[in-house]
Amino acid sequence: MHYTNPTACSGASEDVLTHNVLPLLHEIRHALGKWLESGDPTVIDLRAIPMAPGEEDELLARLGSGEIHARLSALGDSEIVETAYPGAWLVTHRNTAGEIIGKYIEVCDIPQILKAPQEDVRAGLQRLQTQLG
Amino acid sequence: MARDKTLGEVLRERGISRRGFLKFCAATASLMALPPSTVPAIAAALEKARRPSVIWLSFQECTGCTESLTRAHSTTIEQLIFDTISLDYHHTLQAASGTGAEDARESAMQENWGEYLLVVDGSIPTANPGYSTIAGISNVDMLRETAAGAAAIVSVGSCAAFGGIPQAKPNPTGAVSVSELITDKPIINVPGCPPIPVVITGVLTQFLAFGLPELDHLSRPMAFYGTSIHDRCYRRPFYDRGQFAETFDDEGAKKGWCLYKLGCKGPTTYNACATTKWNEGTSFPIESGHPCLGCSEPDFWDAGGFYQALSIPTGDLPRAAAYGVGGGLLAGAAMGALNRVRKNRAVQAHEKVTIDDLEKERKP
Repeated sequence: MHYTNPTACSGASEDVLTHNVLPLLHEIRHALGKWLESGDPTVIDLRAIPMAPGEEDELLARLGSGEIHARLSALGDSEIVETAYPGAWLVTHRNTAGEIIGKYIEVCDIPQILKAPQEDVRAGLQRLQTQLG
Repeated sequence: MARDKTLGEVLRERGISRRGFLKFCAATASLMALPPSTVPAIAAALEKARRPSVIWLSFQECTGCTESLTRAHSTTIEQLIFDTISLDYHHTLQAASGTGAEDARESAMQENWGEYLLVVDGSIPTANPGYSTIAGISNVDMLRETAAGAAAIVSVGSCAAFGGIPQAKPNPTGAVSVSELITDKPIINVPGCPPIPVVITGVLTQFLAFGLPELDHLSRPMAFYGTSIHDRCYRRPFYDRGQFAETFDDEGAKKGWCLYKLGCKGPTTYNACATTKWNEGTSFPIESGHPCLGCSEPDFWDAGGFYQALSIPTGDLPRAAAYGVGGGLLAGAAMGALNRVRKNRAVQAHEKVTIDDLEKERKP
């Protein structure tokens, strides 16, 4: 880890760790098992869990990336990435200013936000009908 | 009438897709520290929310709270919600002035009697009504008049919530908080000097979606003021290990150690700074190397001194002895023992918690 301004950095010392990375990985492990058994999805809000600088990067590095990398453009860009563990997705929401407004691990077959919502389909159908006369 | 549309209808008209709306609801849940499982409920509630009329009154204030609010400008749904809430009256933001503006306020009040949301920033002078007037109307009169028909009142900033800097000794204007004048309406205090921008908009969004939020003993929303800075501070491991910065430029300060000895009020301050942070999540005072001022607590201007450690009573002991006692207490993690009930009582009675109180608590 490299910090250009030690006084401004939060916790340059290596021993300021929350040690939340392993428990989170175990939580994901349990969630994957739960999904296989009962089909119940799990959503973990990463911003609700305190992590020292570098720990979140460590968690994401250990999760890796898989076969799907989706970008959603709605009121800003969002990234939906399947991790190296199918069924465990990393969802990052940004607003129009590019600021992160949400970061989640979703354990499910597909994050809800990727599915086409009924009302959007209805609105699109109307537009298509109009276009086709 | 435009006001009869729901928030959902307004958003759809503006071309916001359901996915965009759901993104916002997820962000709102995250902001309010609600679990992701509540997102569908938030979405359903916001969809159906109707446009309340909002009247914003500014009294003895520095306009910092309005400045803070207008920095919550990510041009996303927050902005739309503000368009949606029909901000019918706001000194700094409105284009009208003079009698035109006052007429607007009066007609908004009449049309929405009993249902409008009153937002107040700034304290109210009572020593002489002439100290602060708007269009010739004293703050006291305008507050009483406008509160009469409000559904609820949101006191934004420490001045409206607790009296703030005008109320600090010697309080020349007889400044009081909103809740000291209005006792028959639900009041939500959103203190801070200023409050974090997204906390202000988050409270208003929460009110829109769910009505009155759960409040603590000082009428602050639990969602944002439920935990102390100390309990969420990333420098807590240093506090726990007794590693403190002694001056602003010593080795400890450079290593980012705990700022308790430099006067940090984190242990007795409840706000979202340590998690939500400032400037769109960039940082907060402690992270930038400055002790917490405790600006979301009552009487923080008179709480001893910004650079005096919490365990040191003001002017009661010679400095050296005070630090000695302070050191001993710290070694015993005294702040952890600071009884919350006692603190609350002390705060409400405007007492200062003294070394004696802390010593008593330490004894088994």
